[in-house]
Amino acid sequence: MRFMRAPKPVFAILIVIMLILSGVSIFIGAGDMSWDNPNALQILMISRLPRTAAIILTGVSTAITGVIMQLLVRNKFVEPGTTGTTEAAMIGLLIVAAWMPGWPVFAKMTFAALCALIGLGIFFALARRLPAEQPLLIPLVGLIYGGILGAVATFVAYQADLMQYLGIWLTGEFSGILAGRYELLWIAGALALVTYAVADQFTIVGLGKETSLSLGLKYGQVTAIGVGAVAISSSLVVVTVGVIPFIGLVVPNIVSRAMGDNLRESLPIVACLGAVALLSADILGRVLRYPYEIPAGTVFGVIGAVVFLWLLLGRRSHA
Amino acid sequence: MITVQGLYHQLGGNPVLRDVSISLPSNKMTAIIGPNGAGKSTLLDVIARQSKLQQGQLYLDDQDMTQIKPQDLALRMALVSQQNGIASRIRIRDLVGFGRWPHHQGRPQAQDLDKTAEALDRFDLNGLGGRFLDEVSGGQRQRAFVAMAYCQDTDWLLLDEPLNNLDLRYATALMVQLRALSQVQSKGIAIVIHDLNYALNYADHIVALKEGQLAFEGAVSDVANSENLTGLYDTPVEVTKTEKGLFVQHHLMAAS
Repeated sequence: MRFMRAPKPVFAILIVIMLILSGVSIFIGAGDMSWDNPNALQILMISRLPRTAAIILTGVSTAITGVIMQLLVRNKFVEPGTTGTTEAAMIGLLIVAAWMPGWPVFAKMTFAALCALIGLGIFFALARRLPAEQPLLIPLVGLIYGGILGAVATFVAYQADLMQYLGIWLTGEFSGILAGRYELLWIAGALALVTYAVADQFTIVGLGKETSLSLGLKYGQVTAIGVGAVAISSSLVVVTVGVIPFIGLVVPNIVSRAMGDNLRESLPIVACLGAVALLSADILGRVLRYPYEIPAGTVFGVIGAVVFLWLLLGRRSHA
Repeated sequence: MITVQGLYHQLGGNPVLRDVSISLPSNKMTAIIGPNGAGKSTLLDVIARQSKLQQGQLYLDDQDMTQIKPQDLALRMALVSQQNGIASRIRIRDLVGFGRWPHHQGRPQAQDLDKTAEALDRFDLNGLGGRFLDEVSGGQRQRAFVAMAYCQDTDWLLLDEPLNNLDLRYATALMVQLRALSQVQSKGIAIVIHDLNYALNYADHIVALKEGQLAFEGAVSDVANSENLTGLYDTPVEVTKTEKGLFVQHHLMAAS
């Protein structure tokens, strides 16, 4: 019953667009993909399919962490990238890269996620102290806080002679994605599914603590799941592809305008639209200066900033 | 019956409630009245387990309320709090439907949908079901939250100043509804309310707080008189019995 209320036509159309863009994404690129090239299958399996899969997983995960963050903070203008979470994850990654380089990947990721969790916790504590009647203060404080953590990250990177890592993480792009170098992103994809399983709970949390408690919801537990998912997903995305700005802001805001915040209905749409947006940005980046590439993060940074400004200035009473 | 014994409560180091012992009778409507800052909303929050019990005892039908699991309590007691700053865009139909959540935990059955439809109908929200919460008036939003609590289908309904934002037509309609719910569906209702004319004519029982302490408590016919109310608010209040009910006069000062 609960699955039947999603507006199926929109979802179906988005799925079709996503498939078409995936096809385009697989068949453009510097390598020759014609049928008579004996290496075509190898290129497909090692480079093209992993790249397209990584884009879709990143788009889905970034858009969904944006929604969860917005519901938990109860503010429409925050996402992990603008509230210091990404920077906190970077500090964690730099620390392990500099001082614990021998750690297995999984341990490094756990450490980065823990740092992201601490960064998120401090941001929540800051956001709670801000007056609720000034909704724009929260994203502003988030940006300042993110700037401070970014400066710390730069300092650590400079001291440890790891500035090139920081450069890679700061511009999200997919040209380096090969089979064997992106599989961590499937964890982010799995987390997106977990989020959908508790979509109702997140919607209720978005209605406020009073309503949640009155409905007998385990408010603390749901918040913990959300915070954990945001911290882990954003760390995974930073380490595998780098920062993709604005998707977590623009996509949820567009969907919220059109169909509201009942996540049982809107989460599949948010996920698909996130993937579609990032696929488009990546394809555009690859064809604009063919055979060179503009990073997808840069392309979306430009488009997303304009759309976000439009959403911000055109907003109605709800913030 | 809900029994509160020896309740003390502090907010930010300031005592808000001091030694409050009251009982809310089942199947009756209790009005919680008192001047601003008397601790009415805090009392309701503690009873509804929104705030942790700091000192004192809380019983729901002789059962220690701190021992009842939140999920189970949500099936027995619903709260309409003062809504300020809802950031979510939720359709009214979905919001009211979430009142069924304690019953179905995400898998609505036919009876849940029926109850939602009945709640929309009962609180005159039929035409608004598809509208978003941030696109309706404050009064319509208020009615949606009451409908949601009604949908929760509990023995107890607690409401914190539900008449806020309601015009006189809907304020009266809501009080009539609440009275009917207590009489026909045998619900226990507790309502924090400022309008004494509504409180005295619709409620059965009065709990009056002043500066965090119980000023008086009892059946409306026993305690709702001019002396008690004048002392409670430190303002001349005159209660007159008329053919239609009690009339409370407080807004005109005596000619000087």
